Amino acid sequence: MRIDTQSRLFRNPLSLRYPLTAALIVVFVILSGSQRANALPAFARKYGLRCSACHESWPQLNNFGLKFRDNGYQLMNDHDAPIWQNPSYWPVTFRITPIWHRLSVNQNVDTYAGGVQTGTNSAIDRISSSGFDLSGLDFHTGGTLEKNISFYVLPSSDPTGAFHFETVMGRLDNLFGSPWLNIKFGRFELNNLLSEKRTLFLTGNGGIYQTYHFIPVGDGNIFGQMGDNQLGLEYVGHSVDDRTRISASLLSSSDGNVNLIMGANSYSEFFTFDQAFDAGKLGVQRLGAYAFVGQAATYYKTSGGVPIPGSGIGNKGFSREGFYGQFYFGPHFDLNVVTQHGQDNAWFGQGYGNPIATNGNGAATCTAAPCPPNNFPGTALPVGAQAPSWNGVTFEARYVYSPQLIFLAVYETERMSQQANGSGYTVGFTGPNGLTGPSASNLGNISNYTIGYRYNPFMTSRAGFAWHNEFNIFHQQGTGPASPISGLSTNLTVSELLLGFDFDF
Amino acid sequence: MRRSLIRWSLFLLAAAVFSLPLVSWAQLTKADLDSRLKMESHVGNITGHAKDGAADYHRYCEGCHGVRGDGNGEVAQWFDPPNFPKPRDFQLGIFKCRSTPTGTLPTDQDLYDAISRGFDRSGMPIWNTFTKQERVDLVAWVKHFSPRFVSEKPGTAIQIPPEPEVTAERVKAGREVFARVQCWKCHGVTGEANGPSASTLQDDLGRPIAAFNFTEGSRPKCGDTDQDIYRIFMTGLDGTPMPSFADNIKPDEAWDLVFYLRSLMREPSKEKAIAQQLGLKPVDPNAPAPTQ
Ligand code: HEC
Ligand code: HEC
Repeated sequence: MRIDTQSRLFRNPLSLRYPLTAALIVVFVILSGSQRANALPAFARKYGLRCSACHESWPQLNNFGLKFRDNGYQLMNDHDAPIWQNPSYWPVTFRITPIWHRLSVNQNVDTYAGGVQTGTNSAIDRISSSGFDLSGLDFHTGGTLEKNISFYVLPSSDPTGAFHFETVMGRLDNLFGSPWLNIKFGRFELNNLLSEKRTLFLTGNGGIYQTYHFIPVGDGNIFGQMGDNQLGLEYVGHSVDDRTRISASLLSSSDGNVNLIMGANSYSEFFTFDQAFDAGKLGVQRLGAYAFVGQAATYYKTSGGVPIPGSGIGNKGFSREGFYGQFYFGPHFDLNVVTQHGQDNAWFGQGYGNPIATNGNGAATCTAAPCPPNNFPGTALPVGAQAPSWNGVTFEARYVYSPQLIFLAVYETERMSQQANGSGYTVGFTGPNGLTGPSASNLGNISNYTIGYRYNPFMTSRAGFAWHNEFNIFHQQGTGPASPISGLSTNLTVSELLLGFDFDF
Repeated sequence: MRRSLIRWSLFLLAAAVFSLPLVSWAQLTKADLDSRLKMESHVGNITGHAKDGAADYHRYCEGCHGVRGDGNGEVAQWFDPPNFPKPRDFQLGIFKCRSTPTGTLPTDQDLYDAISRGFDRSGMPIWNTFTKQERVDLVAWVKHFSPRFVSEKPGTAIQIPPEPEVTAERVKAGREVFARVQCWKCHGVTGEANGPSASTLQDDLGRPIAAFNFTEGSRPKCGDTDQDIYRIFMTGLDGTPMPSFADNIKPDEAWDLVFYLRSLMREPSKEKAIAQQLGLKPVDPNAPAPTQ
């Protein structure tokens, strides 16, 4: 249900040190369903608008929906304040998705002969499981408290019903009557033009954008994940018609984790700018850019060998920057592109950065030594360690047959351009990041393909229901099971076929 | 007995005659509509085609204005006038915001502006996220619902003389116009929409409607510039009790009235400052009608 947990687990340096654990976690990640987004029949009911007015296909926003959101969930027609609503109106929407899915992943298995175990992890097998399943449950509630003052709270559960707060924020909009002055405070999705929380995909690896979560193999920096909701303060400004938009956020480098368990004093900033152009019959085209620059701790003081939450110092830097493009080719077809160039400090590349290894909700999971690498005073970087960097791109194409039927395809690729363990790394030496010797230049590269469609049998202002069908293949270099012959990690391939009833009310 | 029979027959006859057009609207078939699909619209140098607006109408407008443009979309039943006016019935071809004289069809530009501007104090959103072309196409699609756009030409936009300088004399003169043509009957002497007729106002379809409250700080539906306000009372909002005063107010006086209306509005303005300085009192509803 929530990707923060998933991606954090998925990219935990601990787990990546053990390919088997990694593979199991991938399976777990996928089984736990995918993250959810904001689709609010509550708003549709309030304004008497159909889903299709704001959503290209819910929960994905169109330009009108984007403007509504940027205005603080207001139509700006002088009827936004709650006083205009029927007193019995309550802005709550729930969303859940019963699914059937089939998962397939390659993995190390033990071998047996004559009823006796003859080897441990001595073979590679493909584990395919299929069956009926559930997503978690989302309770969206949001709206105006008064004209230009709004809120959004989203308690969200995993498929077992364990809840956390996915989004919690208060907003002040149109300060001094200007659309250029809006402030958001709390835990929220970054101002990504291609919103991950509103993705139309549901599978474990297709339901997130790899470009928003990519972390090099063994890297300890979990804080640069643009796809995760973050804690902080966001300024947004936009023109009246929303053609020009800018934003700047100040965030805790905690990847959205509560309870100040991370660095003692580490912050990140996220900046965006985008401009839309009027292209006649083709529709509105939008171009933009973003930059995510931050600092995160690499040294946590310990007590009895166990890191003390909130004690992190020794900040090191990281950055993610790229372009957005949203291109409409008439009312039926559109293409979204997000690029990324990312870089982590060499210390992160060696696995420092997340000694707390949280479970995502504020509880520290590393309660006993040995914990992930910690940059104790006097620690030196291994010879040949360098700052890992990479490039990525996401293409998402949508064919809107009608507001009720949409076809989707995504292709993503993430390519390392510089590995943490450079060519000068000592051959045969296993670094703190768990990787031995210089890394292959393609280690950790990802290719991700997803196709699907969503069919909404009806379209009203009351509720949403979609028949959803999707297929994803995720491929990563060198993070799969160890070869029984060479002992080296093979490539990881995960596929998932999903059918579901996605509904919200 | 016989008298009442005759009266009944007459009544029924009249009812039948008057409901004829209604019947024809109600029975407007898809085929009728399709035959109007060639409808065009022209705004600036952009030409719109009804057919090209259909998809956007289906996605964005239909829920309120209805598949047939009759204002009977799925959610229309939940809109309770006067606070939430019902969506416009496009088949009637009657529009509030026009640059053209009362009773005539609006220009394409008028409809384009209405769609781009949205209607405050109603469910009608501001549709400025579309490209210009998309909006012009929507205008053609909106027009194709009404037979009026086939049989009639739009009216000619009224002439608005250049805006004069705001002076204390003009603000004072505007107050006199406000009193003379009795705007206050509906809008109240202070502009608070509480005139003696305010509570009983109905639109042409018999639905309750509120007069505009100048003091609340909300935008007029048909635009907020001085020219827009001039146009509003010189063309009237067709389909509502808000009449056209083109026959009662001379162009120069009309500007005076615009200035006086500004002084009633909540937003700070030069006019408001002048009125305060002059200590202008609200008009007296019991004063004898001034002679002209
Ligand atoms: C949520 C409901 C709603 C939606 C959606 C909606 N409208 Fe409206 N519309 C209204 C209402 C209500 C009015 C009448 C407002 C009034 O009378 O004050 C109106 C009035 C209008 C008018 C009349 C203008 C005039 O001068 O009288 C036009 C034209 C119009 N809408 C076009 C559109 C178009 C085009 C769309 C889609 C892009 C659209 N509307 C979508 C509710 C809606
Ligand atoms: C018979 C009642 C009546 C009289 C007399 C009247 N009005 Fe109105 N007026 C209305 C109503 C009703 C509305 C609201 C129409 C709507 O919201 O659709 C209105 C709306 C307005 C608006 C706002 C229009 C908009 O776009 O929202 C202005 C400005 C206005 N009137 C000015 C005047 C002026 C100036 C006079 C005198 C010259 C006047 N009215 C006389 C009933 C009246």
